[in-house]
Amino acid sequence: MAASSVLVLVEHAAGTLNKATADLLTAARGLGEPIAVLLDTPDADEALIAELGKLGVDAVLRLRHPRVAKYVATPAAKALAHLVAQRQPAAVLVAATADGKEIAGRLAVLTESGLLTDVTDLNSEGAAVQEIFAGSTIVRSHVTVGTPIYAVRTGAISPDAITPQPTTPTVEEFTVDFSTDGVSHTLEDAQILEEVVEPKGSRPDLADAAVVVAGGRGVGSAAGFELLEQFADALGGAVGASRAATDGGLYPHQFQVGQTGKTVSPQLYIACGISGAIQHRAGMQTAHTIVVINSDPNSPIFEIADFGIVGDLHTVIPQALVALRERAGH
Amino acid sequence: MSGPLNVVVLVKQVPDSGAPRSLSATDATVDRESGDLVVNEMDEYAIEEALRLTKDRGGQVTLLTMGPVQAAQSIRKALQMGADAAVHITDEALHGSCAVKTSLVLAAALRTLEWDLVICGAESTDGQLAVLPAMLSQRLGIPALTGARKLAIDDSVDGAAETASAGCVGRIERQTETGYQLVQAELPAIVSVWDTINEPRYPTFRDIMAAKSKPISTLCLADLGIASSDVGAAGATSRVDEAVPRPPRQAGVIVEGDERAGTKLVEFLATRRLV
Ligand SMILES: Cc1cc2nc3c(=O)[nH]c(=O)nc-3n(C[C@H](O)[C@H](O)[C@H](O)COP(=O)(O)OP(=O)(O)OC[C@H]3O[C@@H](n4cnc5c(N)ncnc54)[C@H](O)[C@@H]3O)c2cc1C
Ligand SMILES: Nc1ncnc2c1ncn2[C@@H]1O[C@H](COP(=O)(O)O)[C@@H](O)[C@H]1O
Repeated sequence: MAASSVLVLVEHAAGTLNKATADLLTAARGLGEPIAVLLDTPDADEALIAELGKLGVDAVLRLRHPRVAKYVATPAAKALAHLVAQRQPAAVLVAATADGKEIAGRLAVLTESGLLTDVTDLNSEGAAVQEIFAGSTIVRSHVTVGTPIYAVRTGAISPDAITPQPTTPTVEEFTVDFSTDGVSHTLEDAQILEEVVEPKGSRPDLADAAVVVAGGRGVGSAAGFELLEQFADALGGAVGASRAATDGGLYPHQFQVGQTGKTVSPQLYIACGISGAIQHRAGMQTAHTIVVINSDPNSPIFEIADFGIVGDLHTVIPQALVALRERAGH
Repeated sequence: MSGPLNVVVLVKQVPDSGAPRSLSATDATVDRESGDLVVNEMDEYAIEEALRLTKDRGGQVTLLTMGPVQAAQSIRKALQMGADAAVHITDEALHGSCAVKTSLVLAAALRTLEWDLVICGAESTDGQLAVLPAMLSQRLGIPALTGARKLAIDDSVDGAAETASAGCVGRIERQTETGYQLVQAELPAIVSVWDTINEPRYPTFRDIMAAKSKPISTLCLADLGIASSDVGAAGATSRVDEAVPRPPRQAGVIVEGDERAGTKLVEFLATRRLV
């Protein structure tokens, strides 16, 4: 008997797959046979198909349409709704990014289905694990109505035990009737006029860096963050910041870690001058190793430290930099 | 439409995100008994944005909440910021509603009100789903400008692409992982905002006094023509099977009053093969 199919919305940008796609495929394999849904512009070439083949994808459904890059979430939601009606998959998986969640929400309304967001694990019965309340509670839930929709938090899914065999996927093109209301867009469409990428410098991406050196109010000044940048560079890491630091103008907002910032799960997180509010921990407590430098021994951040230093970051970090340089010396 | 702008702001009462929170042991809904209940922080930014937009051009700002009876306290608090009135959807049968059904109810309530713009928070601190604006857009057949860090309402449609109807457009900077997108849509529309968009005001004593007499009207499911069985735990599209606290991390090594702390840090990293 053929396994039931699971639609996976392929995450890609600028002609390459995002890391999230591999995670989504892994999660999907636990539920059934993944079918990659690739939404792309009309001039798209075959490069992404080859990349999907490397990830072991057998079947690709591709829509090439100018709308895909023009409007936020609506074309993707309509395309997926069309495929759900046509193919009756066991589930639909999207990445739990801002776009992915918006697509999931629209799809839930269009298909009258339940959805679960920020899923960190999925079992073969479709039970999903989610972390709620700033990661302090772990819940297991399932969808009871319609075609289950999962927005999966990428980076959280543990990789396949066995590396999937590379394939040459079969590609089926499909089209969608984007019904118009006498205008060239449908009523729900919001048009993307321009995409602006802000300079982030030469450091690794905060979201998937192996090492994150983060600073809080205790760093004291924007100049103090230069010390953190040196520390991060010596460790090959990214720089993060608490909300007190970003609100206070010590470091740009895009580097904020926490409930209202980025969620990171690096091998090493070094929290400098951060007290450890629940909302900050929400974004970093799944880090593999946590190091704390804080002058107040009563700061709650010490509760989650693997290695904690009660001390002034302005003396501890320079000393650590010297020690790092000495190690690099031999 | 260069005249007044009527705005509905969606506000939600949530448990304080800075304090420990839990799910109720009996039915796995958010525990509203223990801990402080507050206005969802992001919604304060939504209120501020509505007040900012209507300040010059005029128009009504109405708050809309779906929540239990005690949510009225948070609504009163939210009114202190300066909105004109509030609508509170409350009904026993709503307890345990999922996001899909919450959007059904809020959409029905929005159809009973007059507005040009709906503004809400980008996400709630308890559910953190960040799906509601998209769901409402889909249900109401209006565009959603989501995740805004900047919002402008533009009356001159010149230069705006695809302006079929006479109206004005909303334009946002939509915060993304790598920067932002400039996104535009015609009104009526729904906008969701991040905490980067403005600085919410603190109510003055006068604002606090004025809020006491502002009207809060209530709606129940019957008013909206929605069956009890379609919402709440009975109509939910997903179910929580189990909720457990995260296991605590193992206690680590703490170094205090040590002049070699920085060096020891590097030694520690070396033992874990992190340098
Ligand atoms: C709805 C909501 C969402 C939020 N979202 C986030 C979020 O996403 N991310 C986030 O980070 N916060 C968030 N917050 C804010 C959070 O509650 C805290 O206010 C914030 O994390 C505090 O930042 P901090 O630790 O840098 O500052 P503080 O709490 O002021 O701590 C500064 C620390 O620095 C230490 N220190 C001072 N000087 C030195 C020195 N020379 N050397 C070493 N240590 C020193 C102090 O002992 C202190 O522990 C949110 C709050 C709310 C209400
Ligand atoms: N029960 C509710 N009543 C009113 N507004 C709500 C409710 N739930 C969510 N919202 C609004 O929707 C936004 C996003 O919520 P969510 O999708 O749950 O993360 C919130 O910031 C509120 O503005």
